[in-house]
Amino acid sequence: MITGLTWLLAFQVLGEAIVRVLDVTVPGPVVGMLLLFVYLRVRRYDDSGSIVRAGSALLRHLQLFFIPAGVGIVAYLGLLGEHALPISVALLGSWLLGLAVVGWTAVGLERLLGAPRDDLPGAGETGEVP
Amino acid sequence: MREDLLDLARSPLTLLLVTLAGYQAGRWLQTRTGGHALAQPVLVAIAVAGTAITVLDVDYADYRSATELIAFWLGPATVALAIPLHRQADRLKGFVVPLLVAVVVGAATSIVSAVLLARLLGADEALEKTLSTKAATTPVAIALTETLGGIPPLAAVFAIVTGIVSAITAPAVLNLLRIRDRRARGLAVGAVSHGIGASRMLREDETEGAFAGLAMGLSALAISLLVPVLALVLF
Repeated sequence: MITGLTWLLAFQVLGEAIVRVLDVTVPGPVVGMLLLFVYLRVRRYDDSGSIVRAGSALLRHLQLFFIPAGVGIVAYLGLLGEHALPISVALLGSWLLGLAVVGWTAVGLERLLGAPRDDLPGAGETGEVP
Repeated sequence: MREDLLDLARSPLTLLLVTLAGYQAGRWLQTRTGGHALAQPVLVAIAVAGTAITVLDVDYADYRSATELIAFWLGPATVALAIPLHRQADRLKGFVVPLLVAVVVGAATSIVSAVLLARLLGADEALEKTLSTKAATTPVAIALTETLGGIPPLAAVFAIVTGIVSAITAPAVLNLLRIRDRRARGLAVGAVSHGIGASRMLREDETEGAFAGLAMGLSALAISLLVPVLALVLF
């Protein structure tokens, strides 16, 4: 467990260092995640390794770690009420647009490139003809 | 209440206990409801801890430093998101191009549409910045909002709410949009609603769930890289 955590912290520190040196506005842990991904791929890391064990233990309780940040909402309840309309429209609208764009792009490119289809069973019968 | 007991109630020890107990209560509720998307442990915990600090009259800044012990692990846990990505990467064969293009286009769509819709309806800049990150997984949304100069606690809540809406409605909406390919469905949900959406897809179908998990990781990366660039144009 401690070995795995040491590795995770090392990748995070490396990510933070790169962000500072390159002076980019990308969060350090995200760069650390990218570096760890490359490392795991290159090493063909398997599930019994210390990084996977420690990392999976953290990920099981990922939600716990953002409670302190989320509690800050108590200071913004007024703002939420005041801007309820722009917030809800932006959240829902952008969610729906994103969902449609990702789905259609993936399906379109797949057909274009001739990849085999993998449709949900039974879904094709009712609506094959648009 | 006695002054020394009140001090104890406001101490880091008690605030940590309240936070962990709220989280446990949320997990209990999640199990009891059979994993319903609305029963997110983090929401229950935020409600419990938020009520506690309001009643006890504790400043949020004091609560935040009392719970640093918990918040610290958000960074290493974000790094650890590489693990599920690594496990799913073998499924990518023959699907790399559609996947990468769709995720990047989707990230740009999410960011730009959130900012413009909010602006159209009269939100201020801090709020627009906060909304722009909401499709990323919560830890990344928080970190990005912080670097952008938005409002991190709201970023957390926006990301969670987006995830919940998606977890409840996405399969039906995808049917309406006539998106039936399992990989594309998983991809779409993971790209716009991260882990909470992905866990719903995993219950629906293994392929959908795996691609949702994959899209969550890639989308967090794409959003992190695109937001600073798009911010130059948008703000």
